[in-house]
Amino acid sequence: MSYLDEIPITPIADKPSTANRTGTWRTFRPIIEYEKCTRCMICWKFCPDVAITLENGGEYEATNDKIKQMVDKAPVIDYVHCKGCGICANECPVNAIQMVKEG
Amino acid sequence: MVKLTIPEEEYMLPGHVACQGCGATIAMRYLLKALGGKTIVSIPACCWAVIPGVYPSRTLEVPLLYTAFETTGASISGIRAALDMMGDTETTVVGFAGDGGTADIGLQSLSGAVERGENVIYVMYDNEAYMNTGIQRSSSTPAGAWTTTTPGGSKKEWKKRPKKSVIEIMIAHDIQYAATLTVSYPEDFIKKVKRAMEIKGPKFLQVLSPCPTGWKSDPAKAVELARLAVQSRVFPLYEFDHGKYKISMKPKQVPVREYLKPQGRFRHLTDEEIETIQMHTDEQWEILLAKEKFTNELYK
Ligand SMILES: Cc1ncc(C[n+]2csc(CCOP(=O)(O)OP(=O)(O)O)c2C)c(N)n1
Ligand code: SF4
Ligand code: SF4
Ligand SMILES: [Mg+2]
Repeated sequence: MSYLDEIPITPIADKPSTANRTGTWRTFRPIIEYEKCTRCMICWKFCPDVAITLENGGEYEATNDKIKQMVDKAPVIDYVHCKGCGICANECPVNAIQMVKEG
Repeated sequence: MVKLTIPEEEYMLPGHVACQGCGATIAMRYLLKALGGKTIVSIPACCWAVIPGVYPSRTLEVPLLYTAFETTGASISGIRAALDMMGDTETTVVGFAGDGGTADIGLQSLSGAVERGENVIYVMYDNEAYMNTGIQRSSSTPAGAWTTTTPGGSKKEWKKRPKKSVIEIMIAHDIQYAATLTVSYPEDFIKKVKRAMEIKGPKFLQVLSPCPTGWKSDPAKAVELARLAVQSRVFPLYEFDHGKYKISMKPKQVPVREYLKPQGRFRHLTDEEIETIQMHTDEQWEILLAKEKFTNELYK
Protein backbone atom coordinates (compact mmCIF):
# COMPACT_ATOMS: atom_id res chain seq x y z
CA MET A 1 0.00 0.00 0.00
CA SER A 2 2.61 2.47 -1.12
CA TYR A 3 0.10 5.32 -1.61
CA LEU A 4 -0.21 5.51 2.16
CA ASP A 5 3.34 6.82 2.29
CA GLU A 6 2.25 9.84 0.27
CA ILE A 7 -0.45 10.90 2.70
CA PRO A 8 0.95 13.32 5.28
CA ILE A 9 0.69 12.00 8.85
CA THR A 10 -1.08 15.19 9.75
CA PRO A 11 -2.08 18.22 7.64
CA ILE A 12 0.27 21.11 8.23
CA ALA A 13 -0.87 24.72 7.91
CA ASP A 14 2.08 26.88 6.90
CA LYS A 15 0.72 29.97 5.17
CA PRO A 16 1.23 33.04 7.39
CA SER A 17 -2.05 34.72 8.30
CA THR A 18 -0.58 38.05 7.23
CA ALA A 19 -2.04 37.18 3.81
CA ASN A 20 -5.54 37.75 5.27
CA ARG A 21 -6.50 41.38 4.69
CA THR A 22 -8.52 41.81 7.88
CA GLY A 23 -8.39 45.60 7.47
CA THR A 24 -11.39 45.25 5.15
CA TRP A 25 -13.52 44.43 8.23
CA ARG A 26 -13.03 47.94 9.57
CA THR A 27 -15.85 50.47 9.91
CA PHE A 28 -13.84 52.95 11.98
CA ARG A 29 -10.23 53.85 11.27
CA PRO A 30 -7.90 54.73 14.15
CA ILE A 31 -5.80 57.77 13.35
CA ILE A 32 -2.85 58.70 15.53
CA GLU A 33 -2.19 62.39 16.02
CA TYR A 34 1.58 62.33 16.23
CA GLU A 35 1.74 65.85 17.66
CA LYS A 36 -0.19 64.64 20.73
CA CYS A 37 1.35 61.14 20.96
CA THR A 38 3.92 60.79 23.78
CA ARG A 39 5.32 57.48 22.40
CA CYS A 40 4.27 55.59 25.55
CA MET A 41 3.40 52.63 23.26
CA ILE A 42 0.36 51.70 25.31
CA CYS A 43 -1.66 51.32 22.09
CA TRP A 44 0.97 48.89 20.75
CA LYS A 45 0.80 46.92 23.95
CA PHE A 46 -2.95 46.27 23.85
CA CYS A 47 -3.64 45.76 20.13
CA PRO A 48 -5.27 42.30 19.72
CA ASP A 49 -4.31 42.21 16.05
CA VAL A 50 -0.60 43.03 16.29
CA ALA A 51 -1.53 45.84 13.91
CA ILE A 52 0.61 48.51 15.54
CA THR A 53 4.32 48.37 14.88
CA LEU A 54 7.15 50.43 16.34
CA GLU A 55 8.82 52.35 13.56
CA ASN A 56 11.91 54.52 13.52
CA GLY A 57 12.00 58.32 13.20
CA GLY A 58 11.45 59.84 9.77
CA GLU A 59 7.99 61.24 9.34
CA TYR A 60 7.05 59.90 12.77
CA GLU A 61 9.85 61.62 14.67
CA ALA A 62 8.60 63.46 17.74
CA THR A 63 8.66 67.23 17.53
CA ASN A 64 8.84 67.52 21.31
CA ASP A 65 12.55 67.49 22.28
CA LYS A 66 12.00 65.77 25.60
CA ILE A 67 10.19 62.87 23.95
CA LYS A 68 12.72 62.76 21.11
CA GLN A 69 15.55 62.27 23.59
CA MET A 70 13.81 59.38 25.28
CA VAL A 71 12.37 57.45 22.30
CA ASP A 72 13.24 57.45 18.64
CA LYS A 73 10.38 55.17 17.68
CA ALA A 74 6.69 55.75 17.10
CA PRO A 75 3.60 53.52 16.95
CA VAL A 76 2.40 53.09 13.37
CA ILE A 77 -0.90 51.44 12.42
CA ASP A 78 -0.92 48.69 9.82
CA TYR A 79 -4.21 49.38 8.03
CA VAL A 80 -4.01 46.17 6.01
CA HIS A 81 -4.70 44.23 9.20
CA CYS A 82 -6.22 46.66 11.76
CA LYS A 83 -9.86 45.65 12.31
CA GLY A 84 -10.82 48.97 13.89
CA CYS A 85 -11.76 47.56 17.28
CA GLY A 86 -10.93 50.89 18.97
CA ILE A 87 -8.99 49.45 21.91
CA CYS A 88 -5.96 51.61 21.06
CA ALA A 89 -8.08 54.78 21.07
CA ASN A 90 -9.81 53.74 24.29
CA GLU A 91 -6.54 52.99 26.09
CA CYS A 92 -4.45 55.95 24.89
CA PRO A 93 -3.86 58.04 28.04
CA VAL A 94 -3.60 61.35 26.16
CA ASN A 95 -6.43 60.80 23.64
CA ALA A 96 -4.07 60.95 20.70
CA ILE A 97 -6.02 58.37 18.66
CA GLN A 98 -9.30 59.26 16.97
CA MET A 99 -11.68 56.71 15.47
CA VAL A 100 -12.89 58.09 12.15
CA LYS A 101 -15.66 56.46 10.08
CA GLU A 102 -14.33 54.81 6.94
CA GLY A 103 -15.69 56.70 3.98
CA MET B 1 15.68 53.34 21.66
CA VAL B 2 12.34 52.69 23.16
CA LYS B 3 11.28 51.81 26.69
CA LEU B 4 8.82 48.95 26.73
CA THR B 5 7.32 47.24 29.75
CA ILE B 6 6.74 43.93 27.95
CA PRO B 7 8.97 42.03 25.47
CA GLU B 8 9.04 43.46 21.96
CA GLU B 9 9.21 40.13 20.08
CA GLU B 10 5.97 38.93 18.53
CA TYR B 11 5.09 35.27 18.04
CA MET B 12 1.55 35.95 16.85
CA LEU B 13 0.96 37.37 13.38
CA PRO B 14 -1.53 39.97 12.18
CA GLY B 15 -4.33 38.72 9.92
CA HIS B 16 -5.80 36.19 12.32
CA VAL B 17 -9.57 36.02 12.15
CA ALA B 18 -10.70 36.59 15.74
CA CYS B 19 -13.50 39.09 16.28
CA GLN B 20 -12.67 42.77 16.73
CA GLY B 21 -11.36 43.38 20.24
CA CYS B 22 -11.01 39.69 21.16
CA GLY B 23 -9.37 39.30 24.58
CA ALA B 24 -8.32 35.71 23.85
CA THR B 25 -5.93 36.93 21.15
CA ILE B 26 -4.34 39.48 23.49
CA ALA B 27 -3.89 36.60 25.95
CA MET B 28 -2.07 34.48 23.35
CA ARG B 29 0.08 37.43 22.30
CA TYR B 30 1.30 38.06 25.86
CA LEU B 31 1.69 34.36 26.64
CA LEU B 32 4.07 33.82 23.73
CA LYS B 33 5.95 37.05 24.40
CA ALA B 34 6.74 35.59 27.81
CA LEU B 35 7.39 31.98 26.71
CA GLY B 36 9.46 32.79 23.63
CA GLY B 37 10.01 30.72 20.51
CA LYS B 38 10.93 27.40 22.12
CA THR B 39 7.33 26.52 22.78
CA ILE B 40 4.77 24.01 21.54
CA VAL B 41 1.11 24.92 21.95
CA SER B 42 -1.76 22.45 21.98
CA ILE B 43 -5.27 23.77 21.35
CA PRO B 44 -8.58 21.89 21.50
CA ALA B 45 -11.86 22.87 19.84
CA CYS B 46 -12.57 26.49 20.83
CA CYS B 47 -12.41 29.93 19.24
CA TRP B 48 -8.64 29.64 19.14
CA ALA B 49 -8.95 26.63 16.86
CA VAL B 50 -10.43 28.87 14.17
CA ILE B 51 -8.62 32.12 14.96
CA PRO B 52 -5.49 31.12 12.94
CA GLY B 53 -7.62 31.24 9.80
CA VAL B 54 -8.88 28.83 7.15
CA TYR B 55 -6.45 26.02 6.30
CA PRO B 56 -3.56 26.38 5.41
CA SER B 57 -3.40 29.71 7.29
CA ARG B 58 -1.37 29.85 10.50
CA THR B 59 -0.94 32.74 12.89
CA LEU B 60 1.62 31.52 15.43
CA GLU B 61 5.37 31.46 14.95
CA VAL B 62 5.58 28.35 17.13
CA PRO B 63 4.19 24.85 16.49
CA LEU B 64 0.49 24.52 17.25
CA LEU B 65 -1.18 21.13 17.54
CA TYR B 66 -4.94 20.86 17.25
CA THR B 67 -6.43 18.30 19.58
CA ALA B 68 -9.89 16.97 20.46
CA PHE B 69 -12.08 19.07 22.74
CA GLU B 70 -11.64 16.97 25.90
CA THR B 71 -7.97 16.07 25.52
CA THR B 72 -5.78 19.13 26.15
CA GLY B 73 -4.34 17.74 29.38
CA ALA B 74 -3.59 14.36 27.78
CA SER B 75 -2.16 15.90 24.63
CA ILE B 76 0.32 18.15 26.44
CA SER B 77 1.34 15.19 28.61
CA GLY B 78 2.08 13.21 25.44
CA ILE B 79 4.02 16.00 23.77
CA ARG B 80 6.09 16.45 26.93
CA ALA B 81 6.80 12.71 27.10
CA ALA B 82 7.90 12.65 23.45
CA LEU B 83 10.23 15.63 23.96
CA ASP B 84 11.70 13.98 27.05
CA MET B 85 12.35 10.82 25.03
CA MET B 86 14.17 12.96 22.48
CA GLY B 87 16.23 14.57 25.21
CA ASP B 88 14.68 18.00 24.65
CA THR B 89 14.37 19.67 28.02
CA GLU B 90 14.32 23.26 26.70
CA THR B 91 11.00 23.36 24.92
CA THR B 92 8.00 24.52 26.95
CA VAL B 93 4.77 22.62 26.37
CA VAL B 94 1.61 24.60 26.88
CA GLY B 95 -2.06 23.74 26.56
CA PHE B 96 -4.33 26.64 25.65
CA ALA B 97 -8.01 25.88 26.08
CA GLY B 98 -11.27 27.74 26.61
CA ASP B 99 -13.40 27.64 29.72
CA GLY B 100 -15.74 25.05 28.21
CA GLY B 101 -12.75 22.92 27.26
CA THR B 102 -11.29 23.33 30.75
CA ALA B 103 -14.04 23.66 33.35
CA ASP B 104 -16.39 21.18 31.66
CA ILE B 105 -15.33 18.72 28.99
CA GLY B 106 -11.55 18.69 29.55
CA LEU B 107 -11.60 18.71 33.33
CA GLN B 108 -10.81 15.00 33.72
CA SER B 109 -7.89 15.20 31.32
CA LEU B 110 -6.50 18.29 33.05
CA SER B 111 -7.00 16.73 36.47
CA GLY B 112 -5.13 13.61 35.35
CA ALA B 113 -2.19 15.60 34.00
CA VAL B 114 -1.89 17.68 37.15
CA GLU B 115 -2.24 14.69 39.48
CA ARG B 116 0.48 12.83 37.57
CA GLY B 117 2.71 15.86 37.95
CA GLU B 118 3.33 16.47 34.23
CA ASN B 119 5.83 19.22 33.48
CA VAL B 120 3.51 21.44 31.46
CA ILE B 121 1.73 24.78 31.54
CA TYR B 122 -2.04 24.77 31.15
CA VAL B 123 -3.70 28.05 30.20
CA MET B 124 -7.45 28.38 30.52
CA TYR B 125 -8.57 31.41 28.53
CA ASP B 126 -11.79 32.18 30.24
CA ASN B 127 -14.36 34.05 28.17
CA GLU B 128 -17.07 32.60 30.39
CA ALA B 129 -19.10 30.64 27.81
CA TYR B 130 -18.87 28.39 24.75
CA MET B 131 -18.28 31.25 22.34
CA ASN B 132 -17.13 29.43 19.23
CA THR B 133 -20.43 27.54 18.94
CA GLY B 134 -22.58 30.60 19.62
CA ILE B 135 -22.52 31.55 23.32
CA GLN B 136 -23.80 28.60 25.35
CA ARG B 137 -23.33 28.66 29.13
CA SER B 138 -20.40 26.80 30.67
CA SER B 139 -19.75 26.03 34.33
CA SER B 140 -17.44 29.07 34.21
CA THR B 141 -20.24 31.43 33.17
CA PRO B 142 -20.96 33.76 36.12
CA ALA B 143 -24.34 33.88 37.86
CA GLY B 144 -26.63 36.47 36.34
CA ALA B 145 -25.28 36.18 32.81
CA TRP B 146 -27.36 35.80 29.70
CA THR B 147 -26.26 33.12 27.21
CA THR B 148 -28.28 31.38 24.48
CA THR B 149 -28.88 28.44 26.84
CA THR B 150 -29.65 30.74 29.80
CA PRO B 151 -31.82 33.12 27.78
CA GLY B 152 -33.54 35.08 30.54
CA GLY B 153 -36.90 36.40 29.45
CA SER B 154 -39.98 36.67 31.67
CA LYS B 155 -39.06 33.47 33.53
CA LYS B 156 -35.66 34.97 34.37
CA GLU B 157 -33.86 31.90 33.12
CA TRP B 158 -30.41 33.44 33.08
CA LYS B 159 -27.62 31.54 34.79
CA LYS B 160 -28.36 30.99 38.47
CA ARG B 161 -25.44 28.87 39.66
CA PRO B 162 -22.21 30.68 40.52
CA LYS B 163 -19.06 30.45 38.40
CA LYS B 164 -17.11 27.27 39.11
CA SER B 165 -13.62 28.10 40.33
CA VAL B 166 -11.21 25.99 38.30
CA ILE B 167 -8.16 27.54 39.94
CA GLU B 168 -9.40 26.38 43.34
CA ILE B 169 -9.89 22.88 41.89
CA MET B 170 -6.28 23.01 40.73
CA ILE B 171 -5.15 24.14 44.17
CA ALA B 172 -7.03 21.16 45.62
CA HIS B 173 -4.65 19.01 43.51
CA ASP B 174 -1.76 20.37 45.57
CA ILE B 175 -0.43 22.03 42.42
CA GLN B 176 2.83 23.93 42.88
CA TYR B 177 1.84 27.00 40.93
CA ALA B 178 -1.51 28.43 39.84
CA ALA B 179 -2.44 32.01 39.07
CA THR B 180 -5.15 34.26 37.70
CA LEU B 181 -4.23 36.73 34.97
CA THR B 182 -5.97 39.09 32.62
CA VAL B 183 -5.27 41.09 29.50
CA SER B 184 -5.46 44.54 31.06
CA TYR B 185 -2.34 43.93 33.16
CA PRO B 186 0.31 42.78 30.67
CA GLU B 187 3.28 43.22 33.01
CA ASP B 188 1.63 41.11 35.72
CA PHE B 189 0.64 38.60 33.02
CA ILE B 190 4.18 38.19 31.76
CA LYS B 191 5.65 38.01 35.24
CA LYS B 192 3.35 35.11 36.12
CA VAL B 193 4.09 33.18 32.92
CA LYS B 194 7.82 33.60 33.59
CA ARG B 195 7.33 32.36 37.14
CA ALA B 196 5.47 29.32 35.79
CA MET B 197 8.40 28.58 33.47
CA GLU B 198 10.79 28.37 36.43
CA ILE B 199 8.87 25.56 38.07
CA LYS B 200 9.11 21.89 37.12
CA GLY B 201 5.73 20.18 37.23
CA PRO B 202 2.21 21.22 36.31
CA LYS B 203 1.32 24.91 36.27
CA PHE B 204 -2.17 26.34 35.80
CA LEU B 205 -2.99 29.84 34.58
CA GLN B 206 -6.54 31.16 34.36
CA VAL B 207 -6.85 34.19 32.11
CA LEU B 208 -10.01 36.29 32.08
CA SER B 209 -10.46 37.04 28.36
CA PRO B 210 -13.19 39.52 27.49
CA CYS B 211 -15.27 38.48 24.48
CA PRO B 212 -17.17 41.42 22.96
CA THR B 213 -19.30 39.02 20.88
CA GLY B 214 -20.49 36.89 23.79
CA TRP B 215 -20.50 39.57 26.45
CA LYS B 216 -22.46 41.93 24.18
CA SER B 217 -20.01 44.70 24.85
CA ASP B 218 -18.16 47.34 22.84
CA PRO B 219 -14.94 45.85 21.36
CA ALA B 220 -13.12 49.08 22.28
CA LYS B 221 -13.88 48.37 25.96
CA ALA B 222 -12.42 44.86 26.08
CA VAL B 223 -9.26 45.82 27.95
CA GLU B 224 -11.16 48.29 30.12
CA LEU B 225 -13.64 45.57 31.12
CA ALA B 226 -10.85 43.23 32.16
CA ARG B 227 -9.48 46.06 34.32
CA LEU B 228 -12.90 46.67 35.87
CA ALA B 229 -13.23 42.94 36.60
CA VAL B 230 -10.10 43.17 38.74
CA GLN B 231 -10.93 46.52 40.33
CA SER B 232 -14.43 45.36 41.24
CA ARG B 233 -12.92 42.15 42.70
CA VAL B 234 -15.14 40.04 40.44
CA PHE B 235 -11.92 38.52 39.10
CA PRO B 236 -9.12 39.08 41.62
CA LEU B 237 -5.56 38.59 40.42
CA TYR B 238 -3.64 36.23 42.64
CA GLU B 239 -1.03 33.50 42.74
CA PHE B 240 -0.85 30.23 44.58
CA ASP B 241 2.86 29.49 44.83
CA HIS B 242 3.99 26.42 46.76
CA GLY B 243 1.17 26.57 49.25
CA LYS B 244 1.01 30.32 49.70
CA TYR B 245 -1.67 32.59 48.33
CA LYS B 246 -0.50 35.98 47.17
CA ILE B 247 -2.97 38.59 45.96
CA SER B 248 -1.24 40.43 43.10
CA MET B 249 -3.01 43.74 43.56
CA LYS B 250 -5.51 45.20 45.94
CA PRO B 251 -6.83 48.16 43.97
CA LYS B 252 -9.35 50.61 45.30
CA GLN B 253 -12.70 48.87 45.05
CA VAL B 254 -15.04 49.74 42.20
CA PRO B 255 -18.73 48.71 42.60
CA VAL B 256 -19.60 45.57 40.58
CA ARG B 257 -22.25 47.64 38.83
CA GLU B 258 -19.48 49.50 36.96
CA TYR B 259 -18.24 46.19 35.58
CA LEU B 260 -21.68 44.74 34.80
CA LYS B 261 -23.25 47.86 33.25
CA PRO B 262 -21.27 48.00 29.98
CA GLN B 263 -22.08 44.35 29.21
CA GLY B 264 -25.29 43.45 27.41
CA ARG B 265 -25.21 39.96 28.92
CA PHE B 266 -26.06 41.51 32.33
CA ARG B 267 -28.51 44.13 31.05
CA HIS B 268 -31.61 42.41 32.49
CA LEU B 269 -30.35 42.49 36.11
CA THR B 270 -32.39 44.48 38.62
CA ASP B 271 -30.83 46.61 41.38
CA GLU B 272 -31.53 43.86 43.94
CA GLU B 273 -29.89 41.24 41.74
CA ILE B 274 -26.83 43.43 41.30
CA GLU B 275 -26.75 43.88 45.07
CA THR B 276 -26.73 40.07 45.48
CA ILE B 277 -23.76 39.84 43.08
CA GLN B 278 -22.03 42.60 45.06
CA MET B 279 -22.52 40.68 48.32
CA HIS B 280 -21.23 37.45 46.80
CA THR B 281 -18.18 39.27 45.38
CA ASP B 282 -17.41 40.86 48.75
CA GLU B 283 -17.68 37.49 50.51
CA GLN B 284 -15.36 35.83 48.01
CA TRP B 285 -12.84 38.63 48.47
CA GLU B 286 -12.92 38.20 52.25
CA ILE B 287 -12.34 34.46 51.83
CA LEU B 288 -9.37 35.16 49.55
CA LEU B 289 -7.86 37.64 52.02
CA ALA B 290 -8.26 35.04 54.78
CA LYS B 291 -6.57 32.36 52.66
CA GLU B 292 -3.68 34.70 51.96
CA LYS B 293 -3.26 35.51 55.63
CA PHE B 294 -3.63 31.91 56.78
CA THR B 295 -1.27 30.28 54.27
CA ASN B 296 1.40 32.94 54.75
CA GLU B 297 1.33 32.38 58.50
CA LEU B 298 1.33 28.60 58.07
CA TYR B 299 4.31 28.48 55.69
CA LYS B 300 6.33 31.35 57.15
C1 LIG C 1 -16.43 16.49 21.66
C2 LIG C 1 -16.90 17.77 21.09
N1 LIG C 1 -18.06 18.31 21.50
C3 LIG C 1 -18.48 19.48 20.99
C4 LIG C 1 -17.73 20.16 20.06
C5 LIG C 1 -18.22 21.46 19.50
N2 LIG C 1 -17.51 22.63 20.01
C6 LIG C 1 -16.47 23.16 19.35
S1 LIG C 1 -15.86 24.53 20.07
C7 LIG C 1 -17.02 24.46 21.29
C8 LIG C 1 -17.08 25.52 22.35
C9 LIG C 1 -15.81 25.75 23.07
O1 LIG C 1 -16.01 26.58 24.17
P1 LIG C 1 -14.79 27.06 25.05
O2 LIG C 1 -13.95 25.91 25.41
O3 LIG C 1 -15.31 27.89 26.16
O4 LIG C 1 -13.94 27.96 24.04
P2 LIG C 1 -14.45 29.29 23.29
O5 LIG C 1 -15.13 28.86 22.04
O6 LIG C 1 -15.36 30.02 24.21
O7 LIG C 1 -13.23 30.08 22.99
C10 LIG C 1 -17.86 23.34 21.13
C11 LIG C 1 -18.99 23.01 21.98
C12 LIG C 1 -16.50 19.57 19.65
N3 LIG C 1 -15.70 20.18 18.77
N4 LIG C 1 -16.11 18.39 20.18
S1 SF4 D 1 -8.23 49.73 16.23
FE1 SF4 D 1 -7.83 47.75 17.25
S2 SF4 D 1 -6.90 46.49 15.62
FE2 SF4 D 1 -6.73 48.61 14.95
S3 SF4 D 1 -4.72 49.31 15.66
FE3 SF4 D 1 -6.23 49.91 17.24
S4 SF4 D 1 -6.18 48.21 18.72
FE4 SF4 D 1 -5.21 47.43 16.82
S1 SF4 E 1 -16.35 34.90 19.90
FE1 SF4 E 1 -15.26 35.95 21.54
S2 SF4 E 1 -13.51 34.68 22.10
FE2 SF4 E 1 -14.30 34.00 20.11
S3 SF4 E 1 -13.01 35.09 18.59
FE3 SF4 E 1 -14.85 36.31 18.96
S4 SF4 E 1 -14.29 37.74 20.60
FE4 SF4 E 1 -12.76 36.10 20.57
MG1 LIG F 1 -15.26 29.97 26.29
